[in-house]
Amino acid sequence: MDIPRHWRLKKQRYALVGEVCGHCDTKVFPPRDICPACGEEAKTLYQFSGRGEVYSYTTVYEAPAGFEEGAPYTIAMVRLAEGPLVTAQLTDLEEKRVEIGMPVEMVTRKLRNATDERGMLVYGYKFRPVVAVP
Amino acid sequence: MADMEKLLKPEHPVGIVGYGAYVPRYRLPASEVARIWTDGTGGLPIKEKSVPGLDEDVVTMSVEAARNALLRAGIPPTEIRAVWVGSESHPYAVKPTSTIVAEAIGAVPNTQAADWEFACKAGTEAMVAAMGLVGSGMARYAMAIGMDTAQGRPGDALEYTAGAGGAAFILGLEEDSLAVIEASYSYVTDTPDFWRRADQKYPEHGHRFTGEPAYFHHIVSAAEAVMEATGTKAEDYQYAVFHQPNAKFPQRAGQMLGFMPEQIETGLLVQDIGNTYSGAAIIGLTAILDIAKPGDRILMTSFGSGAGSDSMVIRVTERIDASRGKAPTTQEYITRRTEIDYAQYVRMRGKLTMK
Repeated sequence: MDIPRHWRLKKQRYALVGEVCGHCDTKVFPPRDICPACGEEAKTLYQFSGRGEVYSYTTVYEAPAGFEEGAPYTIAMVRLAEGPLVTAQLTDLEEKRVEIGMPVEMVTRKLRNATDERGMLVYGYKFRPVVAVP
Repeated sequence: MADMEKLLKPEHPVGIVGYGAYVPRYRLPASEVARIWTDGTGGLPIKEKSVPGLDEDVVTMSVEAARNALLRAGIPPTEIRAVWVGSESHPYAVKPTSTIVAEAIGAVPNTQAADWEFACKAGTEAMVAAMGLVGSGMARYAMAIGMDTAQGRPGDALEYTAGAGGAAFILGLEEDSLAVIEASYSYVTDTPDFWRRADQKYPEHGHRFTGEPAYFHHIVSAAEAVMEATGTKAEDYQYAVFHQPNAKFPQRAGQMLGFMPEQIETGLLVQDIGNTYSGAAIIGLTAILDIAKPGDRILMTSFGSGAGSDSMVIRVTERIDASRGKAPTTQEYITRRTEIDYAQYVRMRGKLTMK
């Protein structure tokens, strides 16, 4: 049963809520309660800005179960402005060729396509080319 | 009822503290629908409509509009005491859209959350309720959203126009507002012009019956009443925006109420994004707020089938200049466009059977 897992991860999934280390100020994502830089406890919640750039990417043509409807789609490692590297789908890419270093921003989207008409909908972060810089 | 008594006015004056729009990037030209279903003959009601991507729905679109509203309001999301989402395309039949939106923007857990439904006026209905919640002193801020991924049966007249998009508003007290809602008035009757029965995929409509007794009667009655009760005339407004199921209806309603085309054009987005249902009148309002000047007056009148209209008199304040640049404008979303053909549309809207 996936429900408890999705429910437990919702804050980080919906809005990139991670943690910040009170000792060395390292920003941590995904949250793991221990600072990967200094090994001290890091439990203070931290809202990431959602800004980052493409570190690397690949396109998936043979999608795993639950993702077939969206294929082909592009997965990227995104270097967040605050430091951590996260893996996520890129979306709204049409006409934009993905390039390493391309600025992207976080959006909350459906993570799986609704082939299962009875199951729960799973939402989470993806990244897209920046719409407008206010 | 005396004119003044008709008006919905809270004890403490309220207004819009932050607003945000959202339009998905895909566009289906109306000529594509005609190519498939009429051999390319017949008139086209609009130029093109917006289509949500495969990973978008009313939840994800509401989240983005809500985040834009928060950016403009510059308030902590925890101070929002209601997150209300009006739509006729909520992804779940049972389970609120609004709890997901509230969680994603960080407004939980000290908040009201509910989904509203009144065909195309669910968004303004939520705004009026939010006026009451803030204006009574129960809440400092309340959020009202109108958002749709509208449904149209393949080949039906609605397929040309049923679009996707909408807007979010954070309502607060007058002194915090970038636009004050001076008064609102609602006009409602039981008029069966358009409906969708439970478990049906596509709506039914009463063809020409959707015009005179439904759209025009309710829009004009509501707008006339609110102008009469507030002692205003068409020329007192810099802008007017109406529910826009196609380009003709709002232009004619504006004419019937004495508005000039230049008062209407800024908020008239239907040619470029289609009919966004619960989002239609209010996303027009966001396009107006993007360019309006302090002191400008706006008349916004929604229409929901079934049927009713909410008409609001809105006055822009000097706070507008500091707020509006903090999030993408409605026109920025509209010009971000990728044209698709009917085949891609069929895929994106889940009209292909995969199993």
